[in-house]
Amino acid sequence: MQALTKRRKEVSREPMTFMERIYIPSILKGMGITFSHLFKKQPTIQYPEQKREFSPVFRGLHVLNRDEEGRERCTACGLCAVACPAEAITMEAAERMEGEENKYREEKYAAKYEINMLRCIFCGLCEEACPKDAIYLSETFAPANFNRKGFVYGKEDLLIPDPTTEPEAYAKAKGQPRANN
Amino acid sequence: MTLLAFDWAFLLEKLILIAIIVLASLGIALYTTFAERKVAGALQDRPGPNRAGPFGLFQPFADGLKLIMKEEIIPSTSNKGLFILGPGLAMTAALMTCAVIPWSSYIEIGGRKIELQVADINIGVLYVFGVVSLGVYGIMIGGWASNNKFSLMAALRGASQAISYELAMGLSLIAVLMISGSLSLKTIVEGQMADGGLWNIVYQPLGFIIFFICALAECNRTPFDLPEAENELNMGYHQEYSSMKLGFYLFSEYVNMIMSSAIMACLFFGGYDIPFLDESKLPVNTAAILGVVSILAKIVFFLFLFMWIRWTIPRFRYDQLMNMGWRNLIPLALFNMLLTGAVILWQQG
Repeated sequence: MQALTKRRKEVSREPMTFMERIYIPSILKGMGITFSHLFKKQPTIQYPEQKREFSPVFRGLHVLNRDEEGRERCTACGLCAVACPAEAITMEAAERMEGEENKYREEKYAAKYEINMLRCIFCGLCEEACPKDAIYLSETFAPANFNRKGFVYGKEDLLIPDPTTEPEAYAKAKGQPRANN
Repeated sequence: MTLLAFDWAFLLEKLILIAIIVLASLGIALYTTFAERKVAGALQDRPGPNRAGPFGLFQPFADGLKLIMKEEIIPSTSNKGLFILGPGLAMTAALMTCAVIPWSSYIEIGGRKIELQVADINIGVLYVFGVVSLGVYGIMIGGWASNNKFSLMAALRGASQAISYELAMGLSLIAVLMISGSLSLKTIVEGQMADGGLWNIVYQPLGFIIFFICALAECNRTPFDLPEAENELNMGYHQEYSSMKLGFYLFSEYVNMIMSSAIMACLFFGGYDIPFLDESKLPVNTAAILGVVSILAKIVFFLFLFMWIRWTIPRFRYDQLMNMGWRNLIPLALFNMLLTGAVILWQQG
């Protein structure tokens, strides 16, 4: 039979020899192995203080984007909700009124936009479906919460800070530009 | 009236000594639990507990506090008296051993000679064995009183293991007693300290290995931790225990480890003897303190060895355990005894 890996080992069914039966030589060998591990480098990352870098294609929490003038890009077309395989996204559309042109980019906007982070599988299909570049996945993940309601993220949680009034918070939320797009 | 003239200073000195030894044993046991987790971490390439205090040094107190704060549950179908007695007995038996261990020779305070040993009884080794076999009752009573079949099965395993390994342990010890010619631990240590006297490990390497294996089994340590096999018996004889009663059981295991390390140091590694150093040339008090440091260093080494073995090898199967005890260790110990006797006779001419 052809071996699948090079690490395959034949199991010997022969009765144990005297040296094997007294166990001590093999125990000493094992102790040597464990002792050598005392001096090995520990791969531990001290989590809250140190964090591991995410890969550039990491898909984390969603962000609702604004354009450079600080207007919401989302037009509540619902394509993200349709694309979502976990049915995590719900929204309610509303019409833009006179005098709201500086808040919403187009005539229609999302009055309510909710993502249930317990349902979401962070596949990124909403990001791909969006024709307005309004939603994308960031490099953070949902923090722990004590109740289920806390995981239903509304617009106030998802919307990126306004670049015209809070440029620093906006830059922070936007993060590093992606390498692949 | 000399019978009534009681040496009150003697009583005071012994009481202080007992207090120090018991508190020190408990303190060391506390930090042995911490060391166990640190050693386990280091051997498995991880840091171990490091959050409570600097380097995690307050971890044992956090663990103790957690155990005390837990709800105390006494099963309604259990035998309440025995259920409470079990952990107490385990702990008492573990701590009683320290009475005969010579921690060092003696110190002199104001012309008064204070022995650093609670009781130098002439049957010290027998006393140790008697007390150690009492420890089995802690396991048996705990398992029986829980009224839980898994606890009982684990207790039976524990008791049969302890009894079978005590035999080999005693037999391996007889060879040491033949060399030293005394049952008093102090005399055994002094025999190894005397001029030209070597540590008993030199004469009794096989005896030491047998004794060490049996000590592992007596302390219910891996690879002989069948009584508390977590993944087979769900925790073993202390399954029904909670809160500090469970803590007592876990803690008595560590006290047992310390005591068996101390006994091994006394019997085979010269007790408070410092190698390549003539203690009699030093001032009395300095020599005594160095002796305490020496025996503590030996105890720490054995404790590390216990942990090192625990985190290296898996547990024996029950039939392997019994085979090893009855069919390998006891014949080996008997052979060792005969060999030692023959050599002693040959040397005497």
